[in-house]
Amino acid sequence: MKALCWYGTNDVRVVRVPDPQILNPRDAIVKVTLTAICGSDLHLLDGFIPTMKRGDILGHEFMGEVVEVGSENKKLKKGDRVVVPFTIACGNCYFCERQMWSACDNSNPNAWMLEEAYGYSGSGLFGYSHMMGGYAGGQAEYVRVPFADVGPYKVPEGLSDEQVLFLSDIFPTGYMAAENCNITPGDTVAVWGCGPVGQFCIASAWLLGAGRVIAIDREPERLMMAADKGKAEVLDLTATNVFEALRDMTGGRGPDACIDAVGMESHGATIDDWYDKAKTSLMMATDRLSALRQAIHACRKGGTVSIPGVYGGFLDKVPFGAAFGKGLTMKMGQTHVHRYLPILMERIQRGEIDPSYVITHRLRLDEAPNAYKTFRNKEDGCIKVVLKP
Amino acid sequence: MNLELTWPGDADDARARSDQNLSEVERWASIAAGVGLTAYGLTRLKHNGWLYATLGGMLLRRGVKAHCDVYEALGMNTAVSPADTRAALRGSRGVNVLESVTINRPLPELYRFWRNLENLPSFMRHLESVERVTDTISHWKAIGPAGTTVEWDAEIHNEVPDQLIGWRSLEGSDVVSAGSVNFDSAAAGRGTRVTVHLQYSPPGGKVGAAVARLFGRDAETEIRDDLRRFKQIVEAGEVPTTKGQPRG
Repeated sequence: MKALCWYGTNDVRVVRVPDPQILNPRDAIVKVTLTAICGSDLHLLDGFIPTMKRGDILGHEFMGEVVEVGSENKKLKKGDRVVVPFTIACGNCYFCERQMWSACDNSNPNAWMLEEAYGYSGSGLFGYSHMMGGYAGGQAEYVRVPFADVGPYKVPEGLSDEQVLFLSDIFPTGYMAAENCNITPGDTVAVWGCGPVGQFCIASAWLLGAGRVIAIDREPERLMMAADKGKAEVLDLTATNVFEALRDMTGGRGPDACIDAVGMESHGATIDDWYDKAKTSLMMATDRLSALRQAIHACRKGGTVSIPGVYGGFLDKVPFGAAFGKGLTMKMGQTHVHRYLPILMERIQRGEIDPSYVITHRLRLDEAPNAYKTFRNKEDGCIKVVLKP
Repeated sequence: MNLELTWPGDADDARARSDQNLSEVERWASIAAGVGLTAYGLTRLKHNGWLYATLGGMLLRRGVKAHCDVYEALGMNTAVSPADTRAALRGSRGVNVLESVTINRPLPELYRFWRNLENLPSFMRHLESVERVTDTISHWKAIGPAGTTVEWDAEIHNEVPDQLIGWRSLEGSDVVSAGSVNFDSAAAGRGTRVTVHLQYSPPGGKVGAAVARLFGRDAETEIRDDLRRFKQIVEAGEVPTTKGQPRG
């Protein structure tokens, strides 16, 4: 089969590899009908994630048709059309039973690596480095899905691939970020980053009863999408002092909740951003975080900072004093996709939202290497790329 | 929790409890040689005699304390027969590992799984097989260094249903080891805590264990991984893997 493989920083290629096999009794093999490039895949392209190996197959947003099931998989059968959560969960452990699916105890074969880095290991993920399990990803013609009697969710008839694909990651991720804000009716929610996750944070904040949503970015087409499709008020961080603008817009109080949908490769426009760039390029720090700093600084007293953006290592110059001084609540983490997939599928079915509006590029899998670069460089108005194998 | 390995007749075994690792014959030979060397050295201090005197002093000390540091580092002990499990694993001798894991399954189920020792190789990577001989005696086969196979017999010498299983190698075994596994319920609905205490005398003593660590992973990591596989098997029904998946 054809698959998109990682060969090093800035080097991804579509190559021929063997077809995947059933390796464990609860596995299934899925023939991928649609897959996407995630913003977090760009961290891999840029070499920000350790424990990648030459030849690793990437991709954690995918859906398709079941073509083979393992002997113990009683839930799926050949021909089922499914969307697959990017987090892999066993469904049996303490964490799965309590709906903390991305903290699954049993799905990461390389848990010892993360234990050394983080103390304890979260679940395995598709196509996202060996410390996250080393699972082959879904930017391929076929993919092996472990614990396939728990994760894959059958797509109801009448919904297109493009309408449901983002239930694999970015829609639940945006939704969980908004849910983590504990929104009460009338709340003002500010969202840093208007990439695909940011767009779904905006949409989800509305779904959960926000009174006002303010979106912050530097790319005109992303701000335009946030305003047009997301119905958010927008701030261009290159043209405004974000903190002052937010204070003015909220009557001097600050937003009730701030969402950092940017993560570790923040491209800010302030002095601290240059500091992070210098430090990370000298390997003295692991993450750039100007969005997180602004979110903490701008949030109202007693408010919530919710972080769906991915961070990996040790963060420098986090304004922890401000977080403490204002009594902020901070919530973060990998998405518990399994928890949100059914309820969001229903919302799509009821016509409350059609997530396909974030797609700007529809390409073939063969074109993936160029698509990565277009997406990373934000060329050609690129916000979200979907690939057909 | 009872994590102690209890041996019958412990109180009487003062020799094993001490640091002694020299036989009586070797001990007196050491003292005699030490006195002789020291005296010889002191008579010719001008001709590097201090070297002999120092060496003599060390031998003297070795004899009086009945303890040899070199033997200890090599895992040797001439005071007792090498097959004496009690002495070989006493105190700081041998490798000592304590690891625990919390598992989301009822305690009696986990106890039954362990009590059938033939199940152990399904998650203990270095074990090839465990065969039941009688209800308490079993024959163990493990993968040793450089692909060799080591075998020994072990007995369950301590058993409290739904609480504790303790086993140890029988006298005359090549591998001297003892272990216990404890089961207790974690607070309300938090599963079952399984705690393993393992002791063994590695080939080559502590030096051997240190060398093994240089080339591979240490015993603690091995046992932690074994317990993780145990948890995966009983919770999820399979051990997650990526072996055999495609790559570029």
